[in-house]
Amino acid sequence: MNQREMPVREKQELDAERETTQAGRVYAPDTDILETTDALTVTMEMPGVDRNHIDVRLEKNVLTVTGNVDFSKYEGMEPVYTEYNVGHYTRVFTVSSQIDQDAITATINDGVLEVKLPKHKEYEARQIQIQ
Amino acid sequence: MLFSTRDPFEALRNFQRGLDAARSSDWFGTGTTSGGAFPPVNVFRKGDDFVLVAEMPGVDKSKIDIQVKHNQVRLRGTKNIHAGDGVSVHRRERAVGDFDRVLGLPAEVDADKVKAEYKDGLLTVFLPRPESDKPRSVSIE
Repeated sequence: MNQREMPVREKQELDAERETTQAGRVYAPDTDILETTDALTVTMEMPGVDRNHIDVRLEKNVLTVTGNVDFSKYEGMEPVYTEYNVGHYTRVFTVSSQIDQDAITATINDGVLEVKLPKHKEYEARQIQIQ
Repeated sequence: MLFSTRDPFEALRNFQRGLDAARSSDWFGTGTTSGGAFPPVNVFRKGDDFVLVAEMPGVDKSKIDIQVKHNQVRLRGTKNIHAGDGVSVHRRERAVGDFDRVLGLPAEVDADKVKAEYKDGLLTVFLPRPESDKPRSVSIE
């Protein structure tokens, strides 16, 4: 069991240049990107976002992930001590042509969104049959 | 790590990514309390009671230990990420490890009536104050 202290990054707020039409702050979710021989996995942490308030959209090789937080949870509550801000999440990724765009899947569990981007078959290693 | 020999620039890019990751992490940070302790916590007042909300996405519910004594709340646990074998990492921002922190509240808490729920990566702990400790209005005779 490791005893080192867990690092906590301050939430990264998106540039103010990006205008939004909804109220509230927008943050970039902490993300892991892992690659295996047949797929890329993008894992994003979006605490407070449920599966009905997530939008994963692919348009012209650009993958946009948006997660909206339900603020109604905080109604009638008065903050006495705060360490983090609550806001929505957005992050944009450019998807390479290696990815089979029709086969992208996403799951969310305990505030962790996992987007799986399988590679095209022709980019996978394969064996050639001898005739 | 899987290195591709097809593209020599990939090695350079990996190096650049590594540098970026090191710079954006707190490893070389100058502050002693750069990010604060995990999990980040907000405390609210709801009526007479307190509500504590902590952001801890992806933590196994059974690995969270909550203890309450007098006006102190202790949150303890482990956050694991299972990456699997044969995986190369392009970006790693999510925090992993053990956590243990104690928070002091401005008033006593009725430890028997504390309730907690873990949903969508948010831990919410309802901390009611004991009836005997609540402020009450006094009527003038």
